[in-house]
Amino acid sequence: MSEIKNYTMNFGPQHPSAHGVLRLVLELDGEVVERADPHIGLLHRATEKLAEHKTFLQSVPYMDRLDYVSILSNEHAYVMAIEKLAGIEVPIRAQYIRVMFDEITRLLNHLLWLGAHSLDVGAMTTFLYCFREREDLIDAYEAVSGARMHAAYYRPGGVYRDLPDTMPQYQASKVHNAARVKEMNENRQGSLLDFLEDFTNRFPKYVDEYETLLTDNRIWKQRLVGIGVVSPERALALGFTGPMLRGSGIAWDLRKKQPYEIYDRLDFDIPIGTEGDSYDRYLVRVEEMRQSNRIIKQCINWLRHNPGPVITDNRKFAPPKRDEVKSNMEALIHHFKLFTEGMHVPEGEAYAAIEHPKGEFGIYLVSDGANKPYRMKIRAPGFPHMAGLDEMCRGHMIADVVTIIGTQDIVFGEVDR
Amino acid sequence: MAADLNVLASRLSEAFGDALLGSVQHLGELTVEVRASELLGVMTRLAGDPDFAFEQLIDLCGMDYSTYGGTESEGGRYLKSDDATRVFPARFAVVYHLLSLAHNVRLRVRVFAEDEEMPLLESVNDIWPAANWFEREAFDLFGIVFSGHPDLRRILTDYGFVGNPFRKDFPLSGHVEMRYDVEQGRVVYQPVTIEPREITPRIIREENFGRN
Repeated sequence: MSEIKNYTMNFGPQHPSAHGVLRLVLELDGEVVERADPHIGLLHRATEKLAEHKTFLQSVPYMDRLDYVSILSNEHAYVMAIEKLAGIEVPIRAQYIRVMFDEITRLLNHLLWLGAHSLDVGAMTTFLYCFREREDLIDAYEAVSGARMHAAYYRPGGVYRDLPDTMPQYQASKVHNAARVKEMNENRQGSLLDFLEDFTNRFPKYVDEYETLLTDNRIWKQRLVGIGVVSPERALALGFTGPMLRGSGIAWDLRKKQPYEIYDRLDFDIPIGTEGDSYDRYLVRVEEMRQSNRIIKQCINWLRHNPGPVITDNRKFAPPKRDEVKSNMEALIHHFKLFTEGMHVPEGEAYAAIEHPKGEFGIYLVSDGANKPYRMKIRAPGFPHMAGLDEMCRGHMIADVVTIIGTQDIVFGEVDR
Repeated sequence: MAADLNVLASRLSEAFGDALLGSVQHLGELTVEVRASELLGVMTRLAGDPDFAFEQLIDLCGMDYSTYGGTESEGGRYLKSDDATRVFPARFAVVYHLLSLAHNVRLRVRVFAEDEEMPLLESVNDIWPAANWFEREAFDLFGIVFSGHPDLRRILTDYGFVGNPFRKDFPLSGHVEMRYDVEQGRVVYQPVTIEPREITPRIIREENFGRN
């Protein structure tokens, strides 16, 4: 009889199911995982340290690159922390725009998660469907900020500019003839709000399509039901937030419990799970997509009827309009000071948290009154989730590790910072 | 929330008395400073006592206060200031952000590590398992040691990394850089070759500068 030994296996850093650069050291007993030791930090860029050496405004685009699938949510927490410290009033229209783009971001994140997760587990079609819808939402990003991914659209005190009245159009090319282009441009004839309204009307049907493919699918259920079960007590103790907490049956959502911006004026529901397994978290996220769609609709409706400023007129934090700069000496000075020296945030410390698509994303900002932060700590939701991976994986088969990484909705930009 | 904070603040001072060194309410947030020797007792009660019920440790981070209020920089690092407005009891601190779902309230707890050479605090890993990785991060980036932590390893920096990168005396561009050496056929480390430079200087204006 030969001696049986435990087997140690490296998973990643280059593995398509690792969702980025994760090196996972798995101790196996046959095919059963005895211990999982994630080695993170392969994408560590010291964002927090970089921010200490940059003015407050220069750090906004760095926020985009944390969780690079929920871009504007990261920026939101950062600008909220500055606004809290400086006591800046944000115009109501800017708050609606931010909430609308936060929810667009939530859709973007959940669509990528659903596509990638189902692809990991073995369903190809949803991936293609999800990316079809993502395209429209990324076009909305592009229309408003000029960038398809790293928008850098939010500013301390509001947003960079108002919503555009026209949408970018497709041009005829070798792959698309004029008739096809006309068809593709059909819903882009009006403003961004028209385009988004058209999207929100179509979107519930798309979610039905994903659910037809997955919810009652036998293979999907066999791979997800009962995998990575987290009890409510453990979810709290491990610091889980967002869908990871709600999947375990705890009704906690910052949008409801500690409403920021205008979430208390909106009508939406918070889905929660019962079993705390991967399947429940899937259902929670799918329902969240439907609820986000509702929120976007309400925001569109409000934004159509309520024009107004989209950034604060406090010139110590927001630049004056371009034409003012050219005709008004004081405006010119403000503009010059803001973009050379930067804004001065009053001395103090503040923690601003938002309900990010992945959980609670918080920025802890310490300012000593300078034009740069003294210290900025990013509370990334993925970090404690990743720390809980070991506990969630123990006793599961090696193939389930992929499901559990998928269900945690991990993005290494934010885990490693 | 503001009323809740007053209640919470008075309950905290009642429950812990001397263990609390200070309590500040600012911008709708409550910050308490706890004596390092009493940390574990205070935290255990904060998590377990139904009056407080802080079920979640949302965040834990290291702090280095050594250059607070300083504006001079040299070689990619900021220097200590002689006329800083605030004086801190020690260089290193750990800041805990707690969340109570039952009372829907947040609390910030700050603990200073007295010894600058060897900042040492007790681990709260047994109270909130979430602290495990957060403490590893503070150990990695600031060199703060947590006694009683089951597995205090570096987490974010490279294998074999030397130094604590988030300390204020660690330059922004680091000490070593990495490149592929064709002759040796492997990746080698060498001292950094880039000149540190500061694009926008750090400036602190007088209080209420620019307030309308």
